[in-house]
Amino acid sequence: MTTDPSRTSFRANLFNVKLARRHLTGSIFGIVALLGALVGVAVLIIMLVEVWRDGIRYFRLEFLDLFPSRKPDQAGFKSAFWGSLWVIGTTAMIAFPVGVSAAIYLEEYAPKNWVTKILQTNISNLAGVPSIVYGLLGLQIFVRGTIGVGPSLEDLGLNDFGRSVLTGGLTLALLILPVVIVASQESLRAVPPSIREASYGVGATRWQTVRHHVLPEALPGVMTGTILALSRAIGETAPLITIGALTFVAFTPEHLLDDFTVMPIQIYNWAARPQHDFQDLAATGIMVLLIALLVMNAIAVSLRYRFGHGNGR
Amino acid sequence: MAIDSSPVINSSGATTRFRRRRSRRLSESIVATILMICAAITILTTVGIVAILLAEGLSFFGEVKPQDFFFGTRWTPLFPSAGFGVLPLICGTLLIALGASLISLPLGTLAAVYLSEYAKPKVRNILKPILEVLAGVPTIVYGYFALTWITPLLKATIFPDIGVFNALSAMIVVGIMTVPMVSSISDDSIRAVPASLREAAYGLGSTKFEVVTRVTFPAALSGIVASYILAVSRAVGETMAVTLAAGATPRITANPLESVQTMTAYIVQVSLGDTPQGTTVFRTIFAVALTLFAITLIMNLISDRIVSRYKERYE
Repeated sequence: MTTDPSRTSFRANLFNVKLARRHLTGSIFGIVALLGALVGVAVLIIMLVEVWRDGIRYFRLEFLDLFPSRKPDQAGFKSAFWGSLWVIGTTAMIAFPVGVSAAIYLEEYAPKNWVTKILQTNISNLAGVPSIVYGLLGLQIFVRGTIGVGPSLEDLGLNDFGRSVLTGGLTLALLILPVVIVASQESLRAVPPSIREASYGVGATRWQTVRHHVLPEALPGVMTGTILALSRAIGETAPLITIGALTFVAFTPEHLLDDFTVMPIQIYNWAARPQHDFQDLAATGIMVLLIALLVMNAIAVSLRYRFGHGNGR
Repeated sequence: MAIDSSPVINSSGATTRFRRRRSRRLSESIVATILMICAAITILTTVGIVAILLAEGLSFFGEVKPQDFFFGTRWTPLFPSAGFGVLPLICGTLLIALGASLISLPLGTLAAVYLSEYAKPKVRNILKPILEVLAGVPTIVYGYFALTWITPLLKATIFPDIGVFNALSAMIVVGIMTVPMVSSISDDSIRAVPASLREAAYGLGSTKFEVVTRVTFPAALSGIVASYILAVSRAVGETMAVTLAAGATPRITANPLESVQTMTAYIVQVSLGDTPQGTTVFRTIFAVALTLFAITLIMNLISDRIVSRYKERYE
């Protein structure tokens, strides 16, 4: 039963050698994992620097005050910039009330049954539908006024939505609706039940409780979620190309039924040309688009910090 | 006087109260109905998508045989000798999705492991949002980057005979833009692994590397796999970056240096062109979109199923 002391120490040695090796593998792996995470960051930085270097040449105030042109030096972003503002404004006016109402229904009203479960599953599946498919939906429903069977409203001359700002706004609103609903649901859920119970306790109805107590509490989170969803919409290109938004527009929209183009479509149009000057114009357009995104995100973040009581993440 | 009037006051008060309560109940139910209609719009959206894709798709299949569409190898609908075989488009789509996942899955997984197991909270709070910015950059920007930076770089360094439009640059940018889908969702599911599992493994003398690779990673595997499927599904549906970077040449190939056309890029090509609506050629985009929708829906459903099964395990 006695163990040879030299053998024990040999074992301990072996263990220590192996342990050192195990720790070494671990730290190498940690470094590899860090590098993996940093690749994404590096690409992001290179991308921003490249866009900046290409685009700075045309980055001046007139860029927003000139219409697209065949001559690169006289080309600008005016129609695309205002077109994007019009479309995103329309999208917000539709997606915000509808999305918040749907979220209120699902969180505060809906009974816990299979219908609600289907609604919820459907919303999460809609978020995974490729955006170009929404473009085809917009083309058929809003531009042509048909669900596929029978003559379309367009054929009958009854539909004058056409390829207008309103069509674009409606299409993008349907696209971001699932995101708005899920974000709003999360912030409604974060409102403590005690607030609802106190309101019911003094005799308020369900709507009074939601309207005066739950919604104000959840509003910063709801608005943050909506703005983030809108910042996804402002970069969307494919669905608007599919509904037939124009690629060359030399005017700004004046009402909801005007034709339009948007920033990403104009950028695509310039980037797809072989001439170097137009590709640089595309980079300038990207700079404007990214600045718009940055502003929207800054608003969303500041809303979260100013009013948030731990709503959202 | 007092005795006379009091019942009158009482009854009229009760009537107003009753009326007010009734009108309140009415407005309550009106509000509830409006809210329900808003929620129902999401169902109508799904029904609308399925209805228009099926209606236009079926009338397309009335003109072109389904077997010619699904198994045909020649996609030339815009030429006089029209070929309606969708396989070249599916091949282009899968080639790019496969190449993209060779980038996004390993990078995303490494990032997730780093964020969840190695990073200090401070680093994590900076790194995770930065990675998520990658998913928020509009895809047109990635398309521009692939066309004007990655392709010239590849041409100048490793592949001198790469085309202006090629699948490889599209794979790279689509891979990068889907990294955060893998890293964020996998990070969440790794962190959802109960601390007791980790502690038990450390208690038995495991090193951090062993805990990560043999305990937490396998325990979170279903969430990680779900994130993989979502990333691939996003790559399949990605449109503008591949349209700009990969070009518009439908062909069956495994060579990433050539130009290919994806399903989404074809829909964009037709939408930008002057194909008249109501023709067979125009209906191809609905048949293609129907195929695309079916592929992404199946992938999303599988990932949903995996996630919900995973949730049950630790509750």
